[in-house]
Amino acid sequence: MVETFPVTKHKNTVQLAGFGLGLFLFPWVAQRIPYLDHYMDVMVFVGIYSIMTIALCLLMGYAGQISLGHASFFGLGAYISGVITTKYGLNPWFCLVVGMVVSAAVALAIGAPSLKLRGHYLAMATLAFCIIITIIFNETMAVTGGPDGLAFIPGIGIMGYALDSVVKYYYLVWGVVFVVLLVCLNIIRSRVGRALRSIHGSELAASAMGVNVAKYKIWVFVLSAVLASVAGSLYAHYLNFINPASFDLFVSIKLLIMIILGGMHSLWGAIVGAALVTFLSYEWLQYFEEAEVMIYGAIVLLIVIFLPGGVVSIPEKVGSLWRR
Amino acid sequence: MEEITLASQLLQYTITGITIGSIYAMVAIGFNTIYNVTEAINFAQGEFVMLGGLVMVFFRVTLNIPVVFSLPLTILVVTTVGILLDRLAIRPIRKPSVLVMVIATIGASFLIRGAAMFIWGKNPFDLPPFSGRNPMTFWGAVVQPQALWVIGFLVVVVIVLTLFFDRTIMGKALRACAVNPNASSLVGINVKYMILVSFALSAAIGALGGIVITPISLMEYDRGAMLAVKGFSACALGGMGSFSGAIIGGLIIGLIESLGAGLISSGYKDVFALLVLLVVLFVKPSGLLGSVEVSKIRKF
Amino acid sequence: MKRKQTIGKGAACLITVVLVATLILMPVGRVQAAKAYKVGAVFSVTGRASFLGDPEKKTALMLQEEINQKGGINGHLLELVIYDDEGDSTKCALAVRKLITRDKVCVIIGPSLSGLSLAVVPEAEKHEIPLISCAASYKIVTKNPDTGEQWKWVFKTPQSDSMAVEAIYTHMKKHGISKIAIMSVTSGFGASGRGELLRLAPKYGITIVADEKYGPKDTDMTAQLTKIKGLAPQAIVNWSIGPTQVVVVRNWKELDMTNITMYQSHGFGSRKNIKLAAGAAEGVYCPLGACNIAEILPDNHPQKQVTMGYLKAYKAKYNEPLSSFGGHAWDALSMVHKALEAVGPNKAKIRDYLENLKGFVGQHGVFNFSPKDHNGLTKEAFQMVVVKSGDWAIAD
Repeated sequence: MVETFPVTKHKNTVQLAGFGLGLFLFPWVAQRIPYLDHYMDVMVFVGIYSIMTIALCLLMGYAGQISLGHASFFGLGAYISGVITTKYGLNPWFCLVVGMVVSAAVALAIGAPSLKLRGHYLAMATLAFCIIITIIFNETMAVTGGPDGLAFIPGIGIMGYALDSVVKYYYLVWGVVFVVLLVCLNIIRSRVGRALRSIHGSELAASAMGVNVAKYKIWVFVLSAVLASVAGSLYAHYLNFINPASFDLFVSIKLLIMIILGGMHSLWGAIVGAALVTFLSYEWLQYFEEAEVMIYGAIVLLIVIFLPGGVVSIPEKVGSLWRR
Repeated sequence: MEEITLASQLLQYTITGITIGSIYAMVAIGFNTIYNVTEAINFAQGEFVMLGGLVMVFFRVTLNIPVVFSLPLTILVVTTVGILLDRLAIRPIRKPSVLVMVIATIGASFLIRGAAMFIWGKNPFDLPPFSGRNPMTFWGAVVQPQALWVIGFLVVVVIVLTLFFDRTIMGKALRACAVNPNASSLVGINVKYMILVSFALSAAIGALGGIVITPISLMEYDRGAMLAVKGFSACALGGMGSFSGAIIGGLIIGLIESLGAGLISSGYKDVFALLVLLVVLFVKPSGLLGSVEVSKIRKF
Repeated sequence: MKRKQTIGKGAACLITVVLVATLILMPVGRVQAAKAYKVGAVFSVTGRASFLGDPEKKTALMLQEEINQKGGINGHLLELVIYDDEGDSTKCALAVRKLITRDKVCVIIGPSLSGLSLAVVPEAEKHEIPLISCAASYKIVTKNPDTGEQWKWVFKTPQSDSMAVEAIYTHMKKHGISKIAIMSVTSGFGASGRGELLRLAPKYGITIVADEKYGPKDTDMTAQLTKIKGLAPQAIVNWSIGPTQVVVVRNWKELDMTNITMYQSHGFGSRKNIKLAAGAAEGVYCPLGACNIAEILPDNHPQKQVTMGYLKAYKAKYNEPLSSFGGHAWDALSMVHKALEAVGPNKAKIRDYLENLKGFVGQHGVFNFSPKDHNGLTKEAFQMVVVKSGDWAIAD
């Protein structure tokens, strides 16, 4: 099992540096190529989804738990930010923190009972939770605006400097992604990461070795919920509009697809998956018009069948073919 | 204007709840059939129901074939789709983990839904009920004849499945796979073939559900997802893998929805059912009728 | 070994780059007519609101073909760039921004949904591009609900839900109905109609005794109707779309509640629904725009000619019953056609032209825009009709 998690410090530093540089230069390049300038806009959403998938990858790929409720934490963050800033005019950063706290509390309440049990009760419990939250967003019309959504959410700024253009927001979002990635890569390398991997390998063996299985699982679940909430707040302030359909069960499923397609056992896979699915559904498949759903389904199937390690395993696969 | 008494109202809610619940139960049984052999949740289960309805519309309305022939034809077609799903999407997976299989079925469900949209378009379709539209009245409550068909077919499915699993070699082999696939393959059961059978079986059950519900609720290409979610909830409530649990779970969810909508609030009716599910999961994690022993050896 | 691996990775990267480049460059390959007038459109062609976007897209394509066959607009072909938002707000915002920055269109038609239209209003205002929404909510065009101030760049063609509600309530008052029950689907369409029903009821002296809801994919509404039956109102108003509105009518008939008059929203406006209800829709009232009932309009009706033309062309091209929602796209694109003919592809001039457009005869009414009214319709745009022997008939 261990060989599926190749983590050497040196490799990571190089990758991280390259990744950071690429991200930093992307807007400069994109703005100079026609048809690419729009990609920055899409990249902002890739970043927002990446914040969620990186943490969810810790939960799924490393702790081996399935959550179908992350769209709800995404939604909680978005709605807390959206409602408070729109109706009471409070500072967006304050709302972002409120969202994080609320999401952490809710995640603890949902996660603690279901993660203490063996098996995938988290998947069932979060499924129910996700649908309930969507219904609440829809029904509490006076607060959330109901199915029509909440419009005209103010933007976000840093110390009076408004992040009002796509490029500025791009740097904010990807800055957050970078920090999240750094933190999560460190978690994997730490004692916690080893504990998580041991849980995924064999829960029984892990607990026999003295790993407090439930504690670590809950810890990761809460962390991923908090990050989803951050992503939600960033989403609300970027789009200036939120509606319940953006946070329903199908979004949770979309997050799962991102992680599986990207490659479940690597945090890089989480980002690649987020980028792949976002670009496919928001950009590339548009030209197929009504056949879009069908082609999307076919791509998902093909990747799952032929690349069980996800898109991130392509270089490795090509490399091994090369060596042969 | 005739008054309706509270008693007849309650009776009406119960009848409605049982009708809706029977459909959820049928979807849940389909889930369980595949879950028992593969431990994966087949997210395309709702798509089988949708296909059942729409293919039946094609045979019954478009080609005007009588029910006695169009019903088996429809089940045959959808079963073929189920077999194809296994052969083309599940079996080729090289490292079949539960999660990968789940995502594969999600991908397949997009594919099937997209194809259905291409073939039938986005509009809902109607199917004439099997025995007229004249409702019957009992103590002030009204029963649609089609509702009786729904309940009747559920009973038939349950009886046939029980006989199949208890009395036939193949049924016993399937049950063996459910308990322990590795051990089953050691005693000579072809597990891959059993997976194929489970997909065929659950497609057939799903199709039947679609066929009987369409005269009541119409059918269109994207209804599968909602039915799958409801069926999955029924499954989890009753206990994953348990057939009687699926029926109890489906009926309970149907009844809560209907009684909740009638007596408390129709806006939150789905919340009541899901809250019950959450409470049950936290109190008895294996579901109402799920076996604790079985759930311990399961990966999912 | 290590070097080979690097080469392998390089090759893989190269392949990826080529693949991605192919996907990026695909749009360039699309045919572009010289000096064509570019008009953008965002409709919910697939997904949860395809009942709106599908007929809208078909109508827009049909009109484009008609216009270009006649030689275009002042010698320029009309190039329509249509994106499908799938009812997804992210996709919708991205599509609108793409229309503005990449496709450089001079006017945008859509989105189909009220929520999504609200979501892109700030974009239209920020980039100063006229946007003609095909969604119903009055909020889309209203900047300040208290003063009634309108957004500068945003227009809409559908009647507001409040007009449909007022048409229904006026009809009820005429027939002495004052105690009603309402039912609505928990989607944007239902929630918006429900809001207006609740808001306007006191003004017409109407009491709402039950306020029931159901999901857009629910299979049966007997429970809600049974509850309503127990409360014995004089009428039921049902606000939904898609299969549920047919199921409601069927359940209403099955429960023998025909002595309680059933009103439907304008979403019922397709003969398909009467057929699907399998005889249960007899006696159901609903407010409809002229384009639904073109055949039964009197010959001297101002919209008779336009609506009949659209009806015939649509049926001939797509061989399916007309949906009233396509008419909203017809109105929007025809207005744009007129504007382009008059002032050319200048965003500010198109806006000014639209704002002062008077007496435009469309599918859903005669539009009279003004700086204070970016919708241009009155409640007379709706006509109460009743289902009689399987077809619409003007209700008295």
